[in-house]
Amino acid sequence: MPEIKVTPLGAGQDVGRSCILVSIAGKNVMLDCGMHMGYNDDRRFPDFSYITQNGRLTDFLDCVIISHFHLDHCGALPYFSEMVGYDGPIYMTHPTKAICPILLEDYRKITVDKKGETNFFTSQMIKDCMKKVVAVHLHQTVQVDEELEIKAYYAGHVLGAAMFQIKVGCESVVYTVSIHNNMYRNLHLLLRVAAWIDKCRPDLLISESTYATTIRDSKRCRERDFLKKVHETVERGGKVLIPVFALGRAQELCILLETFWERMNLKAPIYFSTGLTEKANHYYKLFITWTNQKIRKTFVQRNMFEFKHIKAFDRAFADNPGPMVVFATPGMLHAGQSLQIFRKWAGNEKNMVIMPGYCVQGTVGHKILSGQRKLEMEGRQIVSFLLSKDDHFGKGGGGSKCFLIQEACAFFSLQLEVKMQVEYMSFSAHADAKGIMQLIRQAEPRNVLLVHGEAKKMEFLKQKIEQEFHVNCYMPANGETTTIFTNPSIPVDISLGLLKRETAIGLLPDVKKPKLMHGTLIMKDNSFRLVSPEQALKELGLAEHQLRFTCRVHIQDLRKEHETVLRVYNHLKAVLKDYSVQHLPDGSITVESILIQATAHSEDQGTKVLLVSWTYQDEELGSYLTSLLKKGLPQSTS
Amino acid sequence: MAAHLKKRVYEEFTKVVQQQHEDLSAKKLRLTKPSKSAALHVDLCKATSPADALQYLLQFARKPVEVESVEGVVRILLEHYYKENDASVRLKIASLLGLLSKTAGFSPDCIMDDAINALQNEKSHQVLAQLLDTLLVIGTKLTENPSVRMRLVEVACKHLTDSSHGVRNKCLQLIGCLGPVEKGVAKEAESQSAKDVQKIIGDHFNDQDPRVRTAAIKAMLQLHERGLKLQQTIYCQACKLLADDYEQVRSAAVQLIWVLSQLYPESIVPIPSSNEEIRLVDDAFGKICHMVSDGSWVVRVQAAKLLGSMQQVSSHFLEQTLDKKLMSDLRRKRTAHERAKELYSSGEFSSGRKWGDDAPKEEIDTGAVNLIESGACGAFVHGLEDEMYEVRIAAVEALCMLAQSSPSFAEKCLDFLVDMFNDEIEEVRLQSIHTMRKISNNITLREDQLDTVLAVLEDSSRDIREALHELLCCTNVSTKEGIHLALVELLKNLTKYPTDRESIWKCLKFLGSRHPTLVLPLVPELLSTHPFFDTPEPDMDDPAYIAVLVLIFNAAKSCPTMPALFSDHTFRHYAYLRDSLSHLVPPLRLPGRKLVSSPVSTSITPNEDPSQQFLHQSLERVYNLQHLDPQGVQELLEFTIRDLQRLGELQSELAGMADFTATYLQCQLLLIKALQEKLWNVAAPLYLKQNALASAAAKQILEETYKMEFMYSGVEGRQVVIIHHMRLQAKALQLIVTARTTRGAEPLFGMCEKFLQEVDSFQRCFISELPHMQGSFVDKLLDLMPRLVTSKPSEVVKILQTTLRQSTFLHLPLPEQLHRATATIIEPTGESDNPLRFTSGLVVALDVDATLEHVQDPQGTVKVQVLYPDGQAQLIHPKPADFRNPGPGRHRLITQVYLSHTAWTEPCQIEVRLLLAYNSNRSKASAKIPKCTWSDSMEALPQSENGIEGTIPFSKPVKVYIMPKPARR
Repeated sequence: MPEIKVTPLGAGQDVGRSCILVSIAGKNVMLDCGMHMGYNDDRRFPDFSYITQNGRLTDFLDCVIISHFHLDHCGALPYFSEMVGYDGPIYMTHPTKAICPILLEDYRKITVDKKGETNFFTSQMIKDCMKKVVAVHLHQTVQVDEELEIKAYYAGHVLGAAMFQIKVGCESVVYTVSIHNNMYRNLHLLLRVAAWIDKCRPDLLISESTYATTIRDSKRCRERDFLKKVHETVERGGKVLIPVFALGRAQELCILLETFWERMNLKAPIYFSTGLTEKANHYYKLFITWTNQKIRKTFVQRNMFEFKHIKAFDRAFADNPGPMVVFATPGMLHAGQSLQIFRKWAGNEKNMVIMPGYCVQGTVGHKILSGQRKLEMEGRQIVSFLLSKDDHFGKGGGGSKCFLIQEACAFFSLQLEVKMQVEYMSFSAHADAKGIMQLIRQAEPRNVLLVHGEAKKMEFLKQKIEQEFHVNCYMPANGETTTIFTNPSIPVDISLGLLKRETAIGLLPDVKKPKLMHGTLIMKDNSFRLVSPEQALKELGLAEHQLRFTCRVHIQDLRKEHETVLRVYNHLKAVLKDYSVQHLPDGSITVESILIQATAHSEDQGTKVLLVSWTYQDEELGSYLTSLLKKGLPQSTS
Repeated sequence: MAAHLKKRVYEEFTKVVQQQHEDLSAKKLRLTKPSKSAALHVDLCKATSPADALQYLLQFARKPVEVESVEGVVRILLEHYYKENDASVRLKIASLLGLLSKTAGFSPDCIMDDAINALQNEKSHQVLAQLLDTLLVIGTKLTENPSVRMRLVEVACKHLTDSSHGVRNKCLQLIGCLGPVEKGVAKEAESQSAKDVQKIIGDHFNDQDPRVRTAAIKAMLQLHERGLKLQQTIYCQACKLLADDYEQVRSAAVQLIWVLSQLYPESIVPIPSSNEEIRLVDDAFGKICHMVSDGSWVVRVQAAKLLGSMQQVSSHFLEQTLDKKLMSDLRRKRTAHERAKELYSSGEFSSGRKWGDDAPKEEIDTGAVNLIESGACGAFVHGLEDEMYEVRIAAVEALCMLAQSSPSFAEKCLDFLVDMFNDEIEEVRLQSIHTMRKISNNITLREDQLDTVLAVLEDSSRDIREALHELLCCTNVSTKEGIHLALVELLKNLTKYPTDRESIWKCLKFLGSRHPTLVLPLVPELLSTHPFFDTPEPDMDDPAYIAVLVLIFNAAKSCPTMPALFSDHTFRHYAYLRDSLSHLVPPLRLPGRKLVSSPVSTSITPNEDPSQQFLHQSLERVYNLQHLDPQGVQELLEFTIRDLQRLGELQSELAGMADFTATYLQCQLLLIKALQEKLWNVAAPLYLKQNALASAAAKQILEETYKMEFMYSGVEGRQVVIIHHMRLQAKALQLIVTARTTRGAEPLFGMCEKFLQEVDSFQRCFISELPHMQGSFVDKLLDLMPRLVTSKPSEVVKILQTTLRQSTFLHLPLPEQLHRATATIIEPTGESDNPLRFTSGLVVALDVDATLEHVQDPQGTVKVQVLYPDGQAQLIHPKPADFRNPGPGRHRLITQVYLSHTAWTEPCQIEVRLLLAYNSNRSKASAKIPKCTWSDSMEALPQSENGIEGTIPFSKPVKVYIMPKPARR
């Protein structure tokens, strides 16, 4: 029985390090190649030795597909292709191909330059890896080899995120990550375009399940809250700090604020800190077709990403009087520009900081979110901070105090009183349970497999899917192989002549009912053809043989032969109204193509022998006739 | 028949040969028009290849064919059709047949047989489909003939088994359009064929081709539209089609379900997989709701739109559409709406500052959660959050319609509607504001909702702000804090966008009069009065202060205790505002003061209304005078005109009527005065100067008559006659004056001719009205007509003069409603002392904002005129999109006028005003009146467009200070 095998190397009952092996009809495909944020050792990358112990991976994999540019989906790519060794094609969409190297380079810098790790991939490796990438367009069917084809569908989530359909023959798998649907309750601000897929009825749908147990509220409320807070603060003359990560969220919030400023005719300046964001903005500008209806509509007048109100930030601006809004990296307030600005502004209760995402425990962001109002600042930066103390404290520092802590290494610690308002805003871009369910409804898969989520939550969703769609649902752990048996339909070529001839016989073809037809199935060179028997004979170079069945039926009848024949003829004529029954001049009867002859029995003149002869095509009618005649003739009335 | 037809063809044919002959021999002598069919025939015969023939046919199709030659052409085409082997040519011929049978006045029954014949022998599917299309055209032209329809339907049924989808498509279309609809007739007529159209169409609901399925559903809908009652059994079939793979099928199926739900709302249908039963309309509602989350946005729009018109649905189902359950990690979470509501009811002000404010609460039973909602659950929640704004607009519209019919639903959907005020697309925001306005009598806004609503006041789009002001006019607010909040936000709006002044004042007027008790406790704070200290008197010209006063005075109208809280200057300000902004400030019963005008109770019918009576009486008085001495007549007229004008000022609802009659009397007065001139008694050449008055009067009367005809809405035919009559008199006067002042009869001759033509056309246009005009100028004139036509100009003038003097004064009947078109230019205000500077030769854009009242078809008639100091006038036609229609009878013009001029040495003022263009040809009563070439005043005005005959200024001119600077080199 044909089967599809799925083995997650990462993201099986887990979040992060997405990497799923799929073998379908003899083809091996790897879906995503991500890293795990939580580990710094070997566990951060998927275990590629599972595929092969030694030797190039190229021999074992037909292609690699990357769904989007998040590092947990593409972070291991240079390691995989350059260090482990893979030379086959890597498929991703154009925006992903554009943005992916930026992120990889950033990741490399942090790991190698900051943490000082060795034995990590180099910039050159990233470049080499990107050379192996084949970019695909949405809805473009790419023929990987003669049998394997892939097709990308829009997925929303982030710029360039795509669902992929992998198809070999008539077996297919759809891989979706972080999709979202036309209800944009839960979606990105920017890419508020519905994930959409044909009713392609794949054998297997591999879906993410990060928010398997969540149904979210409308985006609009959260948006309005966010804007209202910013607006109120600015109106009061306060400054707003929004710590963000460089990609994705930042652009969305920028667009949101830009539009709001435009709509409400506001004048206060908005800044974003330079660096990654600018480069990324450039790509966002280019891939405007991937964004939502509003941005696409506005594009006729101007490109929304060419911001009117948002300018690049300069360190000196932070001390400017009057209201302003600043987007600064990083998002968790643990270092860098955002922390610097935070320190400057924290003392004034007119100001506000808005945390637009989740903060890891231990970061300043997490502390202030959990309500801590007095922060102990420590670390090496303290020196520079103390230096800047003089020019800063006099102005608006408010109640900032500093004192020394007696310790061996003489680390400074500073207590910072946070008077500014702290807000939390959650904008997450993963599909909620409803979104996943809706996608399943749209695609109508025969099996569903859940990845990229916590086991407990998956369990709930699995149960729901099985209950509501009556399809099998799987949730393998890492390294566990799931086998799905498929029941592929096998296409057979039929000659047009035969088809027309056969359909002409019966009634109109009905989709719902199977139809019987006569023909010869030829299996040759890996293909199936249904042809008419004559053609099959011709192709095979065989002569046609006729097979005839002949049967004798004895009838007790004392009359003359031709009278018997006449009686048989009348009887058959009466019984078989729909058939053409003919009495031939040579004393035989034909019913359609079946011949009936009567002779007197050589021994017993009272017994007449009826010879019934038919070809094998008319088997049905022939046997019916024999049984009819065997019952005997009705008592003649004459 | 056939023989006859053949003969006809040959007749045509022979004609051709002759003509060709002529053409060849003598090309100049082309007197007879060559027959279309003949030419075509020749062309087709000449054609050597199918491509050639196709070319000829294409050329032929471009030219129209006269009704008489259609049949001949059809014969020729058919003949070629039978001969033709190429399918594409036959296809073109078939389509031409269809086109030809559409020709107005041609009855296609004679070609039906041929078309059916052609159908029977046709092999190509495409041509078959095209022929069926032709039959459809023929059938739709002969809908009255049941036997033809029967026959066509039979033909269609026969071809339903065709293997091509195109043919089946057309067959179904044909059945849908022509299938028998009448029950009784259908039964007996169809007894022989024993075919039920609905069943035939229904059988194709599960055709293998989606296009055929769509066509089948469409045909069913077509039958419904034509009045056939669809059977309820189709409902099940239609429900299955909702799960079709193809969007056009689903879209059509949604429609069909909707139709059925309207036909059989109360039938009971079983719920599959349970023993329960529900009403069909509820079931259908659930199913359509389900389609709101369909994969295709076309279907979603369709479904969302239809939901609005399903008003019979039970409230239980209706309320489910707004249902949303949130959860987070398997724990129930409250929606933002619920949280807001809770905060409100607990009296705590929304902080939104706590992290984890929205933290999920109780655990959820995993079994009870339904992820894919069945039926109506959350349909609107989905629709309003759709990614496509088309779907969102449709959902808002549907919400509006349902909320209008169900107050409880209106209350529930409020939260969602308020959310939509912050949509990213302006159209959606605007639509939801309008929706809210429409349902506003069913709802009361909570404070937090009001807060969200008011936040939109800062929107930079004027449309949004004005829609919001309109909404606030009819909103119910629950608390005094709400009123205060609204006032504060409106004042903020006022400072940010000063041009919204009028709109904001109006909004506060209604807000005040709707909530007097809520305003009362706010009064001391709003007027900043203090129990012990005198506070400084606020600036009377401050728009914000006026806004506050408007709110308070309107509230005070129904709250007699309020004036006690006013300070002295408030009373003074009241008096001032009551006079200057009387439309915003109501009359108040103030202590120690007599109420100036007694409130007019609305119960008085127009006839009993004293002012109405006064109007009629004064008119009576004027009409009764016939034989007073001229002096007395003039005086009476003058007094009456004065009375009427004052009445118009006092009673705004009678203003139109009073002005109209006053204008008429003014014309009459002018006419009398002109005729009383001494100049008539003196020899003409001596008094050249004196006639200035008479000719000026004639001019003015003409102008006034145009105003009367075109500036008032509600003018009926009876008035138009009188107006035209007056105009005729003015023209007669003009003629007489000219006759007196010019020498020689030459110019007079033409003028007389023209005048008589006008009299003639007057008679033709208003023949029915003539009996009412006994003794009038025109009556007498028509009696003398035979003499006038034959006599010399000087004679004519004499006759006219005497008739004009002797003619009586016509009674002007008043219509029910009469409104004068008015326009007020809001912007530019004309107050600015800073000239608008621009480089000469370049263009500057001037924003013009004006309100128009009682203007019919403003897009076609309203123009902007710019007058430069050098007398140069420029007429600008605003774009149709510049006009908005905020209410019945009101329009708003917001446009930009481009100015340019050569350099000036110093800034100077230009005048901007609005003109009403008119064209008497276009006016309702007059069918054809020659242009008034005599009126000199009209000639002075620019006649830039053919449709415009003249223009009437109908707004006060506004002066704009501009300064074109010389270009720097």
